[in-house]
Amino acid sequence: MRRSGLWVGIVLVALVILAALVSLVWTPYDPLQVQPTQILQSAGWRHLLGTDGFGIDILSRLLVGARTTVFVGVVAVSLAALGGVPLGVLAGMRGGWVSEIVLRVSDILYAFPALLLAILLAAAVGASTLTAMVAIGIASIPAFARVARAATLIVMTQDYILAARASGTSRWTISVRHVLPNIAAVLGVQASVSFGIAILAEAALSYLGLATPPPTPTWGRMLHDAQSYIFTSPIQALWPGLAIALSVLGLNLLGDGLRDHLDPRLRETA
Amino acid sequence: MNSGRTVAVRLLVFAASLFVASIAIFLVVNALPGDVATAILGFGADPASIADLRARLGLDRPLLVRYFAWAGNMLTGNLGRSYLTSESVTALVAPRIGVTAWLVVISMLIAPLVALPLGMLAAMKRRSWQGATASTVSQIGLSIPAFYAGILLVIVFAVTLRWLPANGYTELVDATGRWRPVSFVQHLVLPVLSLVIVQSSVLTRYVRSAFIEVLSEDYFRTARAVGWTRWRALWRHGVRNAAISVVTVIGLQLATLLVGAIVVEQVFRIPGLGTALLSAVANRDLIVVQGIVMVLVFAVLVINLLTDLSYLLIDPRLRGRDAR
Repeated sequence: MRRSGLWVGIVLVALVILAALVSLVWTPYDPLQVQPTQILQSAGWRHLLGTDGFGIDILSRLLVGARTTVFVGVVAVSLAALGGVPLGVLAGMRGGWVSEIVLRVSDILYAFPALLLAILLAAAVGASTLTAMVAIGIASIPAFARVARAATLIVMTQDYILAARASGTSRWTISVRHVLPNIAAVLGVQASVSFGIAILAEAALSYLGLATPPPTPTWGRMLHDAQSYIFTSPIQALWPGLAIALSVLGLNLLGDGLRDHLDPRLRETA
Repeated sequence: MNSGRTVAVRLLVFAASLFVASIAIFLVVNALPGDVATAILGFGADPASIADLRARLGLDRPLLVRYFAWAGNMLTGNLGRSYLTSESVTALVAPRIGVTAWLVVISMLIAPLVALPLGMLAAMKRRSWQGATASTVSQIGLSIPAFYAGILLVIVFAVTLRWLPANGYTELVDATGRWRPVSFVQHLVLPVLSLVIVQSSVLTRYVRSAFIEVLSEDYFRTARAVGWTRWRALWRHGVRNAAISVVTVIGLQLATLLVGAIVVEQVFRIPGLGTALLSAVANRDLIVVQGIVMVLVFAVLVINLLTDLSYLLIDPRLRGRDAR
């Protein structure tokens, strides 16, 4: 049962990545070209998922939207890891006031959800893919910092750390040679969870017009556009949302599955 | 350390967080490149009128002076005046707080009512199909963004069944002083439901793991050993012990709920804080953006503070120590 969750997760995530890659070389139709004669076509052999209010093939836009989603997610999570992991490891290794400051700063960052950061950035410099990625990335730093700190605290009690310190290994070398490799798996789980959160945030931001500007297709904007036709052609609002939900579901299942795989004792409680 | 000291420390941290947050908000909006006067007048405007507008809005003063003017006014409840309409930001924001608060508070009250039974079921019956179903339902609910849930609800209940309005908002008491409870509720059902679906899914997961933990505790086994039924033992011992982690999650989730409400307001065209904020962003009315974000961050920090303090009430063991 649990194991099947992991596999469903892997398949869903693989599908999203595949869609993003395929869109680089092929889409059924041009995802940007307005086709006045093809407006609001229902699903069929010509257009597998129908067309939108501009006559553009929905499947083509979904495929390209996957690219935007994956790109924003990867950059945002990398940003969060680059910011959060060193802070967390530092706090875990040094303890005391260093740890206290890191925890306080992440508490304050918690009060700034990605949406508010994105709004501030959009107000100051205008909304773009970059502002969305930066906002989501910064908002995810505290989660990485906390997980990295907790995992580091456990690693620091191990005998091999004691041995390394006794033999005069520097803190820097210990952190790179011993701590990072031993907390990498936990960070992988966190990356999977954060990726899911990033997709949800990107979808909300592009729905609100606070991320990648048109005409580039994003799943959130597709939902926004589809809402104008909700009384005449409600079915087209279904697809982009389904794409978002399945991607997030995939990443959550992947994260849960990986965590269980790492620590079978957690299987019961989590 | 006694609980008085704990409360004092927590209040101090709250005040410091508020201060740091206000600086952060001010710097992001004001220190990044991009000029308000140019944005308002357009790029073709001549330098003289841009300089004139900057002077009128007080934007030619040093950053530090502007920060303290803004923050100082805020302490007296004055959020400044809109760059575009010269309207008081406080007057713009105040009536909208209530609208958003209705959404958030009602959702927060309903979500635990769904999540507690569902999470307890998922924990008690975790090896049977009932538990698996409860977990699967919450896993799916977690993956759906609130605004998509809202759109789906509109398709089902407004477009197809025509039971409820697709969007809009009615004040509980309208401008003429007349009570409009039916219309008020009708317009809130779908937005609240879209927030509840997501919130209760998150909560269910935490309730489930909190109760599974309780099930493995010695006191629970003892209660069972002396002949109590599972549900009685869970009710007497489980609820209070599980409450600590559940309250934490509810506290943390309130912040997410607030953000969710901003998005859901757009789905249902509800004139709340989120709508005001987004139209201020579209107009580059930075002082309004700054003010509303500050109000939202203030709300989040207050919620965090109350969550921390509520541990003292729930868990007597913490009263003697620092609550963290």
